[in-house]
Amino acid sequence: MSEITLQIDGKEIKTEEGVTLLEAAREAGIHIPTLCYSEDLSTYGACRICSVEITRGKRTRIVASCCYPAQDGLVVTTNSPRVIKIRKMLIELMLAYAPGAKVLQDLAAEYGVEGTRFKAEPNLCILCGLCMRYCAEVKRANAIGFVGRGTTRQIAFVPEIALGTCATCKECFSLCPTAKLPRETDGVCLQDLTVDDFLAKHSG
Amino acid sequence: MGITLASPDDLAQFRQEILNERDPDMPIVTVCCGTGCQAYGSAKVTQAFIDEIEKQGLSAKVKTKSTGCHGFCERGVVVIILPDEICYLRVKPEDVPEIVTKTLVDKEIVERLTFEDTEAGQHVAQESEIPFYKHQSRLVFGNNRFIDPKSIEDYVARGGYGALAKALTQMKPEQVLDEVKKADVRGRGGGGFPAGIKWETTRNAPAGQKYVIVNCDEGDPGAFMDRSLMEGNPHCVLEGLIIGGYAIGATEGFVYVRQEYPLALDNILYAIEQAENHGLLGETILGSGFNFTVKVHRGAGAFVSGESSALMSAIEGRVGEPRPKYIRTAVSGIWGRPSNLNNVETWANIPLVIEKGAEWYRSIGTEGSKGTKIFSLVGKVNNTGLVEVPMGATIRQIIFDIGGGIPNGKKFKAVQTGGPSGGCIPEKFLDTQIDFDELDKLGSMMGSGGLIVMDEDTCMVDVAKYFISFLTEESCGKCVPCREGLRQMLKILERITQGEGQDGDIELLEELSEVIVDASLCALGSTAPNPVLSTIKYFREEYEAHIKEKRCPAKVCKALTSYYIDPEKCTACRLCFKNCPTGAVKGDKGIVHWIAQEECTKCGVCFEVCPARFSAVVRLSGEPVPPTPEEPIKVVRKKVKA
Amino acid sequence: MAVAIDASRVEEILDKYGEDSSALIQILLDVQREYRWLPKEALARVSERLDVPLDRIYQIGTFYKAFSLVPRGRHEVQVCMGTACHVRGAPRLLDRVSELLKLPPNSTSSDLKFTLSTVNCLGCCALGPVLVVDGDYHSKPSTEDLKRVFDACE
Repeated sequence: MSEITLQIDGKEIKTEEGVTLLEAAREAGIHIPTLCYSEDLSTYGACRICSVEITRGKRTRIVASCCYPAQDGLVVTTNSPRVIKIRKMLIELMLAYAPGAKVLQDLAAEYGVEGTRFKAEPNLCILCGLCMRYCAEVKRANAIGFVGRGTTRQIAFVPEIALGTCATCKECFSLCPTAKLPRETDGVCLQDLTVDDFLAKHSG
Repeated sequence: MGITLASPDDLAQFRQEILNERDPDMPIVTVCCGTGCQAYGSAKVTQAFIDEIEKQGLSAKVKTKSTGCHGFCERGVVVIILPDEICYLRVKPEDVPEIVTKTLVDKEIVERLTFEDTEAGQHVAQESEIPFYKHQSRLVFGNNRFIDPKSIEDYVARGGYGALAKALTQMKPEQVLDEVKKADVRGRGGGGFPAGIKWETTRNAPAGQKYVIVNCDEGDPGAFMDRSLMEGNPHCVLEGLIIGGYAIGATEGFVYVRQEYPLALDNILYAIEQAENHGLLGETILGSGFNFTVKVHRGAGAFVSGESSALMSAIEGRVGEPRPKYIRTAVSGIWGRPSNLNNVETWANIPLVIEKGAEWYRSIGTEGSKGTKIFSLVGKVNNTGLVEVPMGATIRQIIFDIGGGIPNGKKFKAVQTGGPSGGCIPEKFLDTQIDFDELDKLGSMMGSGGLIVMDEDTCMVDVAKYFISFLTEESCGKCVPCREGLRQMLKILERITQGEGQDGDIELLEELSEVIVDASLCALGSTAPNPVLSTIKYFREEYEAHIKEKRCPAKVCKALTSYYIDPEKCTACRLCFKNCPTGAVKGDKGIVHWIAQEECTKCGVCFEVCPARFSAVVRLSGEPVPPTPEEPIKVVRKKVKA
Repeated sequence: MAVAIDASRVEEILDKYGEDSSALIQILLDVQREYRWLPKEALARVSERLDVPLDRIYQIGTFYKAFSLVPRGRHEVQVCMGTACHVRGAPRLLDRVSELLKLPPNSTSSDLKFTLSTVNCLGCCALGPVLVVDGDYHSKPSTEDLKRVFDACE
């Protein structure tokens, strides 16, 4: 893999081709917040909190640093006003769901977000997909996944599998950033979070 | 069964044989069998012709043919009698005997079935003279009316597959690609990206299996160009695809068709089978050594799956969600292999480019947008249908010259272009030339070609709400800015249309829009705020009326509109009373009717059924509803001018 | 849902596609057409033979409008909510249809007679607003038209 040079927040960074902007930044000790990212799991790119501003030539745009490949000559800003605006709004949107989640409260404090202007059902799930990816990629059990689309999208346990495996596993609990999983399921009684519950709610 | 065409000479001979069997002077009755006309009963019309022609002993002298969509969907069933091109509109089975007798036998025109040009005060029988068709340039779409989509012979007779023969046997792949690049064909699906450059990227990607894909997921509501092309002339799309495969070095193709288009699906499957039977698909096509196969993949009802990376995921059997496009699908697409995706209309342009050359193609259109574009002209417009014009035609020409303007004497208000990713263009820009870049400058975009015309009775805030509602339902829901941002935008728009708008709502919509545009994972999200932003830009006063005055200027928003019967105009004809679903309309014979506001659900039926000559039911917004009369009022029958 | 299905049809559908997991969506479309919904037993069999995890099948089954994981009515009634139809009054048409069938949009009657659903653009905008009943298209139907069509459904 060849070496490449790019600039992050004014610092010249040398790294290998093939790494993402997030990895390059972390290597260099530059902090970019994340929520749906985990080193041990596939990249998901859903929370967009890791958004950064990149410039090449005259063109500037916003990309998710967890997915964007580091390129030679790229100029990256991790904390421009445009990026900060995005992060603040994303935090505000997610706070409507999980107002008590420590990870969101920490982010809110870091970015000066005082509360949220939005109303939503505080169901605690920010749909980061960490539980789903862990179960599919590490445990290879596929006991939990996404169902629905758009604003009805949610995580759901597949009863046929979950009833057999979850009670003795519960390894996804520690990954859940808002502690929804440990709080709302004991792994044995999958209250309200199965595919059947979803269907009962959404089919006429 | 078919004859394997093993060389361009075989194809030429096949064509000649077909032409030899056909008498160019023989009358042919062509009946449009697109989905629209089928809904009007075109199958029965076709059968009526077959039956009547036989009954009158004319079967040896007149042919009847079901063809692809003619485009004049407002006036279906469309029938055109060739070779004289006599066009009859709104044809019903009961009209057929008269047409056969008068036109086919007596060579006379059945005037009542022809187009009536009310301005010029005359009937127009010649298809090419009808204003709707006269101002069009049907280079791509025009063949529809001569072709039975289930007949490869019809396609070949019109010169079909000639471009493929030329490409495969007279040109090298790089030459084909160069020609497409030179012609500057820009994608017709929405992005407007130069097809030649995408082809080149795919071609230059690392060697190995590559794919070419037809995107027939046409999800923009109000757009049906692709449906009509795929239904009416599937071979032309197929020919373009095979040429593309050759130029790019892709030996496999996919056609992704949305499942809401069952006829298009049927017709492309049939066309593929026919092409295979004739050796136009498969191994060493026309003896060229180039192999190409194609598979059809059905969609399952999701707008977002029309996004190219999502479509490719669906082809892989995974859920059709977009992927972050930091690595182009032209380089890493289906199963990580180079995949070139283009829209149906883009592919349909290719045979023309190869047959007539890039120079010819470039002579049509504007500096930045070459060729023609097919638009679906729908909404509040007289001549609803599919329209093909050269790039550079103005919006006014399309809506008024071709479209016949706004029905019922109403005033034009805006035209929405680009579907849910586009914006609304107000009257002052009617003379804008249709061109990718010109539309971008106005805060809209070309999109796939939907042109939704709106009049003074359309509420622009309601339109914005409609699009955001559509997008919240269609969003895949994966990323926060799109899913949550649109959800909150919808709530704000709902509040505004329900009379609960607050100061600061417009600014909050703009703030959310900025983040959604910047941070969304895919183009559905990043273009979603466009309809809202463009309506705020050009119709801000409507938003302000809803918020500050709790008034809907167009009188559409139910919560802000009341229905009221004007006692001076009501003649107690009782139509509103009979049709009211809740019994909110009160009154009796000879007594002026009134509406009990607390029982009224604002369904609007009374307004619709009240005869125009009375127009007693009015809609009020932003003003108090006059109180119910204390005593019943007797109707005074005045002489009403017709 | 403990509804007995003829499972042999599922095997035939899977045979037709040669256990190609990339044909998953196509297979499910055929299953949906066969049973008018996606029964759990069918999905379990698809998961097994294609070696595709059930959660992915449920995700696809709940992502796309064509699929239903609960039984659908014998008669499919669809109202197009595309932009052109919207501008021509589709929401009011939906209200009237919903009232006549006594069904909220996107639901099935308890006797499994009707399923009322909304569709985002059928592509026949000149006919708008459009109602489709069992594949038959109806343009600008009046209340009488609606009553006649629904009464004709058994």
